[in-house]
Amino acid sequence: MATEKGKLAIYWAASCGGCEISLLAINEKILEVDKAFDIVMWPCAADGKVHDIEKMADKSIDVCLFNGGIRTSEQEYMARLLRAKSKVLVAFGSCAGEGCIPGLGNVSNREEMFELNYLKCPGLDNPKGVVPQTETEVPEGKLHLPLFYDTLKTLDQTVEVDYFLPGCPPEADRIWDAIVAILEGKLPPAHSVIGENSTVCDSCKRVRSEKKIKSFKRTWQIIPDPEQCLLEQGLLCCGPATRAGCGALCPEVNSPCIGCYGPTDGVHDFGARLMSAVASVIDSQDPDEIRRIIEEGIPDPIGTFYRFSLAKSLLRRSRQNGHHATPATQEATL
Amino acid sequence: MSDQQFEPKIVGFLCNWCSYRAADLAGTARIPYAQNVRIIRVMCSGRVDPTFVLMALSQGADGVLIAGCHPGECHYIEQNYKAMRRYELLMHALRPFGIEPERVRLVWASAAEGQQLAEAIDKMVADIRKLGPLKWQDNWNENGERLEALEAIAKEHQEAMEVCSHGH
Repeated sequence: MATEKGKLAIYWAASCGGCEISLLAINEKILEVDKAFDIVMWPCAADGKVHDIEKMADKSIDVCLFNGGIRTSEQEYMARLLRAKSKVLVAFGSCAGEGCIPGLGNVSNREEMFELNYLKCPGLDNPKGVVPQTETEVPEGKLHLPLFYDTLKTLDQTVEVDYFLPGCPPEADRIWDAIVAILEGKLPPAHSVIGENSTVCDSCKRVRSEKKIKSFKRTWQIIPDPEQCLLEQGLLCCGPATRAGCGALCPEVNSPCIGCYGPTDGVHDFGARLMSAVASVIDSQDPDEIRRIIEEGIPDPIGTFYRFSLAKSLLRRSRQNGHHATPATQEATL
Repeated sequence: MSDQQFEPKIVGFLCNWCSYRAADLAGTARIPYAQNVRIIRVMCSGRVDPTFVLMALSQGADGVLIAGCHPGECHYIEQNYKAMRRYELLMHALRPFGIEPERVRLVWASAAEGQQLAEAIDKMVADIRKLGPLKWQDNWNENGERLEALEAIAKEHQEAMEVCSHGH
């Protein structure tokens, strides 16, 4: 370990704060982190101002743990700033890596979200219909708010990312593993995920019997058998497509995996990977029956297959309202 | 006028044992059909991962055709049923993305059905021509205000720093 303390920055963008809590869940080991690093910025827990970071020379922060996706211009500014100032930038947690729950907003856009949240949401008290503006004139001058984007981007869709630490949130033990890897300089190849490369199924103790199913069940519809594979009991478990690292905590307590650790290495699209796996358990060779099983059992396909990974998926978002391509002239085809 | 006509780009995954041979037959029998499909031969329709379809659509294809042996006639016994189930799942997922079902088609064509495959391709091309281009990546564009907003933040911070340094 270096004799001089390193510099550490921890930042959050479009996220819930759970990653910060998970980081503190390494408990007394946080003192080891403090021994090794000066924390130059951690808005949630420590001081450190943006203009202090702006004044630093490029690459003068050793490690930046960045959680949250990029939804506003201010978040993009901070991502660019911290990228420039940091030697190692880690996309910390599912939001920075894959968009996570904030990324599900990509089924909508700014206009729709503002309309719902500021004008139409029941219980609102907004008689003047005020909606956030990037610029507002007040007697003292102009006030600015960041621009809210139509599409949430992941950190690596915005700036170059050195490492990814998956999970919503990352498990404290895995965070500690990553910190140790950083301190000891035993990091995997650049741009890779710091973690295991097996699936949740591999660490799940339940018994798989290659049984197929005639219908999907919602979690409230059955009390699952504690021994048998949840997918084989009709619960849509994301285990087959999801990276291990959590210790299969959810299936352990009779709850299907929801995929928060993202895909394993080399997978381009978590949802596609999961669809492939799920297709194998449907017990039918009749297209109408297959369609019925799927439509009755999976009412929210994006929320099921892309709960954590919509922003990182190959399609990234739903089609924009008003984007509909202009139809080509039809007479030529007649 | 033909310069003006929208020519859909369609990626076709055709199975080695039936549908690719059907396309071959259509060729040797000189059956004319639309030239819009870029054919990729795969060993089986069951090899077609939903990833392939999403990759094609997200990178500029206007449609994707998957073609394999008729149900019950798969060279690998029942992998085309797997293709069928994956296809239905994928179609269920594509709907909320706003992708029209006409853009992704699964058809069965045996090695003897060059004519049927040609007709299916013509139909698909005509359907997609009516829908217009997909241009998926246009959905990702933020409107022009984005760069201005970023510059505004940088400028504001710069000015604030100048104020700070004058103050001292």
